[in-house]
Amino acid sequence: MTTVTTASEVLSVVASRELAGKRTVFAGIGLPTLAASLAHLTVAPDLEIVYESGVCGAHPSHLPETIADAVLITGAEAVLSMPALFGYVLQGGHIDVGFLGAAQIDRWGNLNSSVIGDWHSPKVRLPGSGGAMEVMANSREVFVVMRRHDPRSFVDELDFCTSPGPDRALTDGVRPAGLGVTRVITELGILARSGPGDELKLVALHPGVTVDQARECTGWPLEVGGDLTVIEPPSEAELRLLREDVDPERVYLR
Amino acid sequence: MPRPGPDKTMSLRDAVAAYVHDGDTVSLEGFTHLIPTAAGHEIIRQGRRDLTVVRMTADIVVDQMLAGGCVRKLVSSFVGNSSAGSLGELRRRIEHADPEPLEFEEYSHYGLICRYLAGAQRLPFYPLRSYAGSDLPAVNPAIRKVASPYGDEHIYVVPPVNPDVTIIHAQRADRAGNTQIWGLTGVQAEAVFAADKAIVVVEEIVADEVVRSDPNRTVVPAHAVDAVVEVPRGAHPSFAQGYYDRDNAFYRAWSGISRDKQKLAAWMAEWVHGTADHTEYVAKLGEQFWAGLAVGEALSEPVNYGRRL
Repeated sequence: MTTVTTASEVLSVVASRELAGKRTVFAGIGLPTLAASLAHLTVAPDLEIVYESGVCGAHPSHLPETIADAVLITGAEAVLSMPALFGYVLQGGHIDVGFLGAAQIDRWGNLNSSVIGDWHSPKVRLPGSGGAMEVMANSREVFVVMRRHDPRSFVDELDFCTSPGPDRALTDGVRPAGLGVTRVITELGILARSGPGDELKLVALHPGVTVDQARECTGWPLEVGGDLTVIEPPSEAELRLLREDVDPERVYLR
Repeated sequence: MPRPGPDKTMSLRDAVAAYVHDGDTVSLEGFTHLIPTAAGHEIIRQGRRDLTVVRMTADIVVDQMLAGGCVRKLVSSFVGNSSAGSLGELRRRIEHADPEPLEFEEYSHYGLICRYLAGAQRLPFYPLRSYAGSDLPAVNPAIRKVASPYGDEHIYVVPPVNPDVTIIHAQRADRAGNTQIWGLTGVQAEAVFAADKAIVVVEEIVADEVVRSDPNRTVVPAHAVDAVVEVPRGAHPSFAQGYYDRDNAFYRAWSGISRDKQKLAAWMAEWVHGTADHTEYVAKLGEQFWAGLAVGEALSEPVNYGRRL
């Protein structure tokens, strides 16, 4: 067994614990898949993972390489068309937790995945929303896993808002369905907010990380929550399941 | 004996020549699964120009059509090489207008799905619970906010899309165009019904009885289809559930190929312009290559449709 715990392993384990008691999770490939699969074996045995491609209740024989991997289809409980998946499942309100990533996040949990720079003449053209805007607008809450915690990603102001949280939706005169981002899990710790009107605050740190480090790596004046805790490192049992059952070939456990 | 439907089978060359014209709006759909790559390559070989391409996930085939000089405008909700990296030609066009600018109309996935739903039903718009607070409506004036006629709620709407032609890839169809898909069915039916003309490219053309033995598996009925084209392995590098697996290695390689203009030009010259049609492309890859993408059997339980005694 590997003795050194990697960042991917820590992020997956911490994210998996946040899924305790959740029923349905909308997950992309990579860390969210690892977190959801591990949670299924630990804190959330009844968890159903829903994929953007239309797959509900996948039972893959191998770890999927994309959200549409053939191994997710064979043996799945349901495969829905895109209008059904986006219209009935997501917009219909069946998702407890949506997992999202982004190039930039602000203190209200709004996300940018479209451009760095001006939209009309961008410095970097990123993939865009895909289904992220719908996941944000319609999931009960959203967890964000960010591999990099630095001021270029945690910004005071987004270059472009692709996936707006409920505060921005309210400003636009539309009543949001969910809470928006409630948890941001990073290599330094966890930022959290309760819902509309609340900003992301530092609520937990990994062992050895200081509040000052987290503040330096965040592009807005980061407030610290009242009960700042230290994150329990991955247990032997969690690591064993992750390494031996979830991703034995280390496809995502880089 | 039931009478057979009208025979709409054509070669891919003839179908593209007949139904894809310079300046057309062309929709290519297939969400990771069943991407109509062979059709995209044929459009490049025939040198179509000034196309407006509508495709939710603009990926490798769109990058190739951009490199082929076919595309003036792109309408999309995701522009990337799935999770394997970037699209080099697309990024050069958008970030540096190199070799020329690309008109780009950006949506979210459900926004574009709703455009197909409106288009298929000939509705003037379609409402959805997205876009509130997003910066997208500011850069895409087609996305608009309206007051609900039934209360004090406001909601964003998108306009219909009605492509001149929609092209999809599927597992099988009969000669009239009754098209069967299993696994991910994506937004293919909506894209076909939204279009003026539709080309269905399939792994296999099968006997009418095969389709009639399982009518619930027909995603697109023949009346919505204008041409049926048999092109085995025509979705490569994407996959066809039950026929061949996704070529993940090629997806990973594409980011490197397309980042470098010379490499991309050489790839296009060898694999698209250098092959007369998809049959040559498939043969050029070789049987050993295809053996690497082979899949085993996982048959579904038959269902009993019943019959009157």
